Amino acid sequence: MRRLLGRLLLLAASFLALLPAPAAAAVAFAALQAGSPPATLSQTGLFAEMEGRRLAPGVVPYTVAAPLFSDHAAKARAIALPPGTRARLRGDGLLDLPVGTVLVKSFGYPASAAGPAVTMETRLLVRRADGWVALPYVWDADGREARLRRAGARVPVRFAAGGEVHALAWAVPNVNQCKTCHAVGTTLQPLGVKARNLAATGDLARLARMGLLEGSERLAAVRAVPRPDDATAPLELRARGWLDANCGHCHARAGSASNSGLYLDWEETDRVALGVGKRPVAAGRGSGGREVAIAPGQPERSILLYRMESREPGVMMPELGRTLPDAEGIALVRAWIAALAP
Amino acid sequence: MRVMTGLAVLAALVTAGGAGAAPAGRVLLVAPGPHAGERAQEALIDAKPGDTVRFAAGTFAFTTGLSLDVPGVTVEGAGAGRTILDFSGQEGAGEGLMITSSRVLVRNLTVRDTRGDGIKSKGSDRVSFQDLEVEWTGGPKPTNGAYGVYPVSSTNVLIERVTVRGASDAGIYVGQSRNIIVRDSLAEYNVAGIEIENSMHADVSGNTVRNNTGGILVFDLPNLPQMGGHSTRVFGNRVIDNDTPNFAPPGNIVASVPVGTGIMVMANRNVHVFGNTVSGNASAAFLVIAYAQPFDSPGYNPLPRDVVVRGNTVGRNGFAPAFPGGQEIAAAVGGTLPPGLWDGVDRFTTGGREQQEPVHVHFLDVPALSLNLGVAGAPPEKATPAPKPAPAAPPPPEPAPVVLPADQPGLGR
Repeated sequence: MRRLLGRLLLLAASFLALLPAPAAAAVAFAALQAGSPPATLSQTGLFAEMEGRRLAPGVVPYTVAAPLFSDHAAKARAIALPPGTRARLRGDGLLDLPVGTVLVKSFGYPASAAGPAVTMETRLLVRRADGWVALPYVWDADGREARLRRAGARVPVRFAAGGEVHALAWAVPNVNQCKTCHAVGTTLQPLGVKARNLAATGDLARLARMGLLEGSERLAAVRAVPRPDDATAPLELRARGWLDANCGHCHARAGSASNSGLYLDWEETDRVALGVGKRPVAAGRGSGGREVAIAPGQPERSILLYRMESREPGVMMPELGRTLPDAEGIALVRAWIAALAP
Repeated sequence: MRVMTGLAVLAALVTAGGAGAAPAGRVLLVAPGPHAGERAQEALIDAKPGDTVRFAAGTFAFTTGLSLDVPGVTVEGAGAGRTILDFSGQEGAGEGLMITSSRVLVRNLTVRDTRGDGIKSKGSDRVSFQDLEVEWTGGPKPTNGAYGVYPVSSTNVLIERVTVRGASDAGIYVGQSRNIIVRDSLAEYNVAGIEIENSMHADVSGNTVRNNTGGILVFDLPNLPQMGGHSTRVFGNRVIDNDTPNFAPPGNIVASVPVGTGIMVMANRNVHVFGNTVSGNASAAFLVIAYAQPFDSPGYNPLPRDVVVRGNTVGRNGFAPAFPGGQEIAAAVGGTLPPGLWDGVDRFTTGGREQQEPVHVHFLDVPALSLNLGVAGAPPEKATPAPKPAPAAPPPPEPAPVVLPADQPGLGR
């Protein structure tokens, strides 16, 4: 019965998608709960208008203070809560999101001398009764539709960043690769929608004002992650925020890299686990001939920086999500390690 | 759409054998050719428990790693050397094939030239690797991946009849795991042939381990989620001519393994070494030592304890020891080291306090030398080598054989 309903809704959604703009399509929450999710992004109803990437009513954009570096790609994030539901604030960490919630993240590059604006993919995380599922949609070359590609894809892109033109094969992760970063123990969890990560951007307060946040009386108690480029924030917090966003999803006690014993998430307090004086275990050539993950005061002797700077598969970290180095992140972590007392 | 159609054409519905309790699974066939990477990954995602993802004979050139997260799946080829998964053009991912699910069997294929590790499993229960070949074709090089076959944080691990060549760390490496069998395999031209690390209950038997830097290592390291490795039996192996100069990138623990090490036990407990043939290893046949680096890791014990070496066939070893001070020590005892070598360490510093503990290292039937270094981390030039006296206590009983669950995939085949 539920499946039938889902199919009917799916049908309705696809019908709506065919109607001329600006028909405000409703988000196909039920279809996104179905065993076989919508094959195209337009069928999800998350966008009121596909070509312009205009979000449907009720799909709320947000930003995070410390994002993952993804080869300079711009990311447009949004959240769709099922009608009548709210996110719940519980401490500094992940918002508690109701079943049905859809998190939307589109990756693209703006127009530049290197080429026109492009959107490569839109990733969805959908909260189902039995947990989160990841759905990667890859945009057609004409930018009018995106299609579910669970095995991932490579999309050639050209863009300008940092005064250089880059041409690379953008890697759309397959669903297993989605899990690599989003795994917490045996479950899949969102990464960005943490209260501390939405606090400094003002979006946590905005969700509260929109009436979408339960427990907003605790808003003032949230300890915000600073933006990595916020020079007024303490260096350590900025570096730890960057490490949390770029490394801490795998390098956490319940993450994919738990066996490394190197934990770079925001909550970690053990100095050796954070890498200080820690020798590698399975780094292989990833060690770059350096002896410890972090040599306090000596960034040039720290494996962490070697792997952040590398562009070579098997050496570079993170393993997924980038091919280029993040110059700003490297400068920040370098400054932090240089300032660490031996 | 193209991919979906391709897969639909290639996915053959097969009713398997019928006799066993396992549900009849489908066979998802992946043939070489254009978009093989995408087709293979899609099959690995679409597979359901009981299914087999079968790679046809031929060479598959992949540009990124493959991964399996579905339990109860067999991944197989037409035979090692016949189905070749070639990762020399790899642009992404840390390993060739990554397994994160349980009850998985990988067999009958070759994995070649991965940028990182060859085949890895993490957090798997009942994972089996059979009749595989994992190699780096350019010979021993520090730019080769670290591990060939690499189960970590796994339980019930079976590795048999695999060949690994050229790993810049260990050919076969089992880390932070429990209940492990590594047998009838060949490891050559790696830094370490076979390494069991931070693991409990392992049987390593019937393997040929030759021309590596070090043959078989049983280690325990600090600052890891699972420490306190114990109860490993190393028996019936041929540990021969481990003579490849150490090519591990510095910083890795195996970079400190001297070329020509036969069987080495470091900081592990209850390790029994018997019935092996050990010869042609220039540094030492049996090296038993403490972890020598300073560490800050509550609960970690850097001493090797309850080690028993007995009943091995020992050829010529220890004729050109490659560790610091080794030549001098050899000269002092007549030019060649005896088969057994212990660092003589029974003290270590932890949390700012020095601790002492009897270590019970037993060389039951071969001459052995103690370097009498005393405290973990003492430099080798402090060595005062002397024949090692037998411990006062009798040797501990041999650990019980490792028994894998009856439904271990591939067991008995």
